[in-house]
Amino acid sequence: MAVRKPPITTREYWAPGHAACAGCGPAILMKLATKAFSEAMEEKYGDPNAFAIAHATGCMEVVSAVFPYTAWKAPWIHVAFENAAAAASGVDAAWKKLGRKGKILVFGGDGGTADIGLQALSGMLERRHNAVYIMYDNEAYMNTGIQRSSSTPYGAWTTTSPPGKYSIGEDKPKKWVALIAAAHQIPYVATATIGNAFDVITKVKKAAKVDGPAFIQVLATCPTGWKSPLEKTVEIARLAAETGVWPLFEIENGDFHNIKIQPPGGGAKVKREGGRVVAIEFKKPIEEYLKLQGRFKHLFRKPEAIDQLREQIKAMWKVLGVEVTLPKPEE
Amino acid sequence: MPVRKVMKANEAAAWAAKLAKPKVIAAFPITPSTLVPEKISEFVANGELDAEFIKVESEHSAISACVGASAAGVRTFTATASQGLALMHEVLFIAAGMRLPIVIAVGNRALSAPINIWNDWQDSISERDTGWLQFYAENNQEALDLILAAFKVAEDERVLLPAMVGFDAFILTHTVEPVEIPDQEAVDEFLGEYEPKHAYLDPSRPITQGTLAFPAHYMEARYTVWEANENARKVIDEVFAEFEKKFGRKYSKIEEYRTDDADIILITMGSLAGTVKEYVDALREKGVKVGAAKITVYRPFPMDEIREIAGKAKVLAILEKDVTFSVGGALFQDVSRTLINEEEKPKVIDFILGLGGRDVTFENLDEVLSISKKALDGEKVDEVNWIGLRKEIL
Ligand SMILES: Cc1ncc(C[n+]2csc(CCOP(=O)(O)OP(=O)(O)O)c2C)c(N)n1
Ligand code: SF4
Repeated sequence: MAVRKPPITTREYWAPGHAACAGCGPAILMKLATKAFSEAMEEKYGDPNAFAIAHATGCMEVVSAVFPYTAWKAPWIHVAFENAAAAASGVDAAWKKLGRKGKILVFGGDGGTADIGLQALSGMLERRHNAVYIMYDNEAYMNTGIQRSSSTPYGAWTTTSPPGKYSIGEDKPKKWVALIAAAHQIPYVATATIGNAFDVITKVKKAAKVDGPAFIQVLATCPTGWKSPLEKTVEIARLAAETGVWPLFEIENGDFHNIKIQPPGGGAKVKREGGRVVAIEFKKPIEEYLKLQGRFKHLFRKPEAIDQLREQIKAMWKVLGVEVTLPKPEE
Repeated sequence: MPVRKVMKANEAAAWAAKLAKPKVIAAFPITPSTLVPEKISEFVANGELDAEFIKVESEHSAISACVGASAAGVRTFTATASQGLALMHEVLFIAAGMRLPIVIAVGNRALSAPINIWNDWQDSISERDTGWLQFYAENNQEALDLILAAFKVAEDERVLLPAMVGFDAFILTHTVEPVEIPDQEAVDEFLGEYEPKHAYLDPSRPITQGTLAFPAHYMEARYTVWEANENARKVIDEVFAEFEKKFGRKYSKIEEYRTDDADIILITMGSLAGTVKEYVDALREKGVKVGAAKITVYRPFPMDEIREIAGKAKVLAILEKDVTFSVGGALFQDVSRTLINEEEKPKVIDFILGLGGRDVTFENLDEVLSISKKALDGEKVDEVNWIGLRKEIL
């Protein structure tokens, strides 16, 4: 009987027994990304283990490395919250001097990337270190108990952006670090969601195989912080792309004129001009994404806030050069 | 053959780094130590030093990159001062806790506000509880020598702690003095190549570094840093002895100067020790029984040596360029603590002076001496004295 080759390596770098919550989206990403990275290392350097991981403080760090245990089967280092990229720069430099073939994989949450760690990230990218930075974006500081970050979307409840008589929840649009990263004109920048494992694998491999730095911003559902059903972790992340909330794109060498927009799925109609995506007509309203999450519950009492969010999403797409239609739910 | 060159302490520090052959250097410029990374850049650019020089975007990233590189298993070095060291503060604890033998050259400078680029010791003194070893140089030769010694102590398996070597802003960083540059071969023999046994990021033997520790383990981790500091006392003696054998220059944790039969001993650090020694010479001519002691190693604090000195005098005058608010100075605190349980102990009087680059003159030292003499005569004097303070502008 012919044995089918598994779609991704069976090697594990993220071992079972870590302490993440049930249904944790970032935990899925840790597993997928390390596997994909390993495959890329095998293809690039002929050694599947030719990498080390640098981690920022945050959920994924504290759930995976509680002394005397570790969930990591690869060389791994955590230094602090804001400096994963700087620590990775040091590792890269040391490896260069040691003549060690390989690449550094960096993980940081949205807080450790979009806020406090943005400077170190910029430094790492600008200096062209041989590292892939993966921002696992669960859209808040989860490790300290769900506070807003600059990557928290408009309208979301967090413990520091509570909705109230004078508040709609988070009142600023989301910061897109992928675009900031792309402005460094590095070889590869992408966005993804854990809703599509194959997409994550493809992009991580692509990122890992370029020479120099790459950055990927991955939406990763956090059932604890989003107040969402555990079993819907993947579905919610997929809906983010299918409703237009989360644009999927790639930017190579900072070429904003040739942003590669990916079809979002969910029946969306994509219009191209000369091969370039210029418009997307989404079929699923963003409400389908929002309603599965307790963090947006209060918005349904204020439909104008949802409309505002819709406008912000359109504006983001416009930056990417795409005109989008975001439907309202049928009454 | 060792060569003698006239150079600033910053250059001496860069030379020390060159001789120690670190594989990774990450640094960010700050007055007064800017010349250190500049000079190292030159060495790297000319192929005289085979290292990766990471031109980081801040001191926080400089020390973070050093931690990454050191954890990956290579010798690392950086230089900074003042605000730069303060920006590193968070990561200094991490470097010590992770037991990474990084060495920093510190051009000792005052901290803001008000902004001031001149010398005092507040920057490195403020980092005394991070677990780092601390050395203070009296002159440019010592800046070079102590950096070499610091690497050797830091990398000793009984220690494995990071170390900083301080030298005074401008008084040393920007002043040229003859400095003997040791032979590369001799330094290679003295230091050897750094071979990590506990910290490496090697895919063929993966380890996890920088974990989270629950209350069940945290205290023990801190204790090992304590233990390593204790171990460093002996290791430093050994390294200094070896240094003397190899390079002919003698160092000790505390250097005593004309302390035999002294009633008053002036204890200080850094370049001020040079001034104080001259002052002692001048007074000895006049028959005043006064001596000096220079603290070369501030962490671990040389308690046994202080006790020995204390047994010789009736008054210890502490001269320091730092403040621990409401207490006095850090050195005063350390010396007092060292003597607290002694049956017989001298009086310990603190003198805070020379902050923010104010010159310390013989007139200032006369004031120190006059207060010390009063104490010697049994008169009551203030425990903490600000010397050279311009009360008229307060
Ligand atoms: C300098 C500093 N400030 C604050 C903290 C506290 N802290 C640790 S993790 C964290 C939030 C992490 O958020 P994020 O990066 O989004 O990752 P997540 O926890 O969501 O996985 C905060 C605020 C810290 N460790 N260091
Ligand atoms: S709080 Fe969220 S991100 Fe953190 S472990 Fe739990 S599910 Fe994962």
